[in-house]
Amino acid sequence: MDLVRYTLRRVFLSVFVVVGVTFLVFVVAQVVPSDPAALYAGPRPTAEQIAKARVTLDLDAPLPQRFVRFATAMGTGDFGVSYKSRRLISQDLRVYLPATLELASFSTFLALLLGIPAGVIAAARRGSWLDRLGSLGSILSVAMPTFFFAMLLQLVFSQWLGILPLAGRLSQQMSISDPLPFLTGFNLIDAVTAGRPAVFLDALAHLILPALTLAAYPAGIAMRLTRAAMIEILAGRHIVAARALGLSAPRILFGHALPNAVGPALTVIGLSFAYALTGAVLVEIIFAWPGLGRYVSEAILSKDFPVIAAATLVVTLCYVMMNLVIDLTQTLVDPRVALT
Amino acid sequence: MTHLDIQGLSVTIPSPAGPVQAVRSIDLCIAKGEIHGLIGESGCGKTMIGMALLGLTPAGAQVAARVFKFDRIDLATSAAALRGKRIALISQDPAAALNPVLTIGRQMDDVLLTHSQQRKKDRTAAAAALLAATGLPDAAKLMKRYPHQLSGGMQQRVVIAQALATGADFLIADEPTTALDVTVGAQVLALLRKLVADRGLTVLMITHDMDVVAAVCDRATVLYAGLSVETGPASAILTRPRHPYTSALLAALPDAAPHGQKLAAIEGQIPPSTETISGCAFELRCPVATAVCHGAPPPARGSDDHHWLCHLAEGAP
Ligand SMILES: Nc1ncnc2c1ncn2[C@@H]1O[C@H](COP(=O)(O)OP(=O)(O)OP(=O)(O)O)[C@@H](O)[C@H]1O
Ligand SMILES: [Mg+2]
Repeated sequence: MDLVRYTLRRVFLSVFVVVGVTFLVFVVAQVVPSDPAALYAGPRPTAEQIAKARVTLDLDAPLPQRFVRFATAMGTGDFGVSYKSRRLISQDLRVYLPATLELASFSTFLALLLGIPAGVIAAARRGSWLDRLGSLGSILSVAMPTFFFAMLLQLVFSQWLGILPLAGRLSQQMSISDPLPFLTGFNLIDAVTAGRPAVFLDALAHLILPALTLAAYPAGIAMRLTRAAMIEILAGRHIVAARALGLSAPRILFGHALPNAVGPALTVIGLSFAYALTGAVLVEIIFAWPGLGRYVSEAILSKDFPVIAAATLVVTLCYVMMNLVIDLTQTLVDPRVALT
Repeated sequence: MTHLDIQGLSVTIPSPAGPVQAVRSIDLCIAKGEIHGLIGESGCGKTMIGMALLGLTPAGAQVAARVFKFDRIDLATSAAALRGKRIALISQDPAAALNPVLTIGRQMDDVLLTHSQQRKKDRTAAAAALLAATGLPDAAKLMKRYPHQLSGGMQQRVVIAQALATGADFLIADEPTTALDVTVGAQVLALLRKLVADRGLTVLMITHDMDVVAAVCDRATVLYAGLSVETGPASAILTRPRHPYTSALLAALPDAAPHGQKLAAIEGQIPPSTETISGCAFELRCPVATAVCHGAPPPARGSDDHHWLCHLAEGAP
């Protein structure tokens, strides 16, 4: 069947991308002017300690052999230990990755929730003050630097209004006195499964400002893509036909025109998610969010290469999987997408 | 009894190049149960008349008329209220008229939902019955499919079923067969004629094809440059045309040309719709025009049953 063949081809392509990135990461590690053995050997190592580290890290084996070993390790989720902390990277990721994914998913959700209705309304009321307001908002949200927007949000909602926490992922008393049992690592989900509404609300409150910061740019893009798509769709003859059949304006707008815009909406999901994963580095630092972004930025500063490699691969994997899901969804919701 | 009564309808659309007179002055009287042809070249305002009846003229367009009545209701104020309830549209290109991402079932159901308080199960049954009435059996399977999975003829039947689902008794069929091949087009025309007979519908059949007038119309109005230039029984229009433009249209029909002879295409073009016409609109292309055709608008001639606008008493050559 067409769909099966299409799916298999997409999966194959995704695997290809992941292997490619693995190779790139490995190559980059070889050309970076820093000596992993020296790092691994700790502060102020002696020549002897460095030589020992070279053996431990197996740095003298031929390159192809080392790549195969590297790729196999990555493939099996054995990311090794951090040069810096000597902790198992897979254990660190187990905590930090869900935190980042939670932030990325929630900000993507916010971006769609804000951007798509704004785009629909702007298109339906094209040229009105609502449309202009929306355009202005989208330009602002796209153009405003992340750190500035983050500070603005902190200032207004945390300092002045005092309704949302300044930073962190959970309040002190929540995380220390009565910690949430670790299940998925997504606080919202873990709080629900543990049946703790107070923790859920606390986690949500902490999530809003960083997620809004990350959502601003994709929401602006979502608004403009949706607006452009809807203007084109609303000029279509099937819309005239629907009006001639006496259908109500809201039904035409949301029931008939909007389903034609799933393409752009799905595009925005992919874009927003990718933006959130990379944008997380800065936002996690500003909001003291204990996620992958903060983890990896610390690793970059200390040239902790295994951590950088592991994080790069994990982010690639998340992104590739997200795109795979989006592509497959596209074929399911839009019957016209040719399965080629 | 006159069902649709239009006199002196004009539609003017503002544009950067000045106001476009898409429809200049149209008289159109259609009796209940009649299939009335509206024939003319491209750009003469056929579609715009249909849009005016539906209250769907482009934003900013000015619609004016001395008389503009449907079933004694004033369309100038009530077109939007009648749209999709008493008056429905079957448009030229069924592929474009159907929503590409919704199933046929969903698109039928939306119309029924708008026009009835039936429950879902009853609506599905009603949709199946309407699809069957338009010659589409196996509705259950069809309703799960998307427009692009149907042939042009099937798509047009779905569009007709949607129009019927509104419960409208007046259909505007805007070139319903232009996008279809000849045999399928003939089947759709036959279907429309059957529906008119079975359900007591009235149809405004917009076309640029005299063959369509010959095949299904009771009466017809010939349009030229936004003006209704001749109206009469279809047989009279086809065999005893009195306006020189009508005879030119008939002469342009392929089978009117004797074998091996060049087709008698009509020379020239319709006057631009931004231009004001002072005399006869057809003067410049008319083979029999004389000095009298210039300057004043032509008078109406003939009877109530068959009348035309021409300066020349003897009319068409
Ligand atoms: N939205 C619009 N804005 C401005 N002018 C328009 C618009 N729509 C149509 N017109 C003009 O109105 C005139 C009549 O157009 P209309 O579509 O009614 O012609 P038609 O007889 O249906 O032609 P066709 O056979 O090609 O469908 C044309 O001169 C056209 O350029
Ligand atoms: Mg037309």
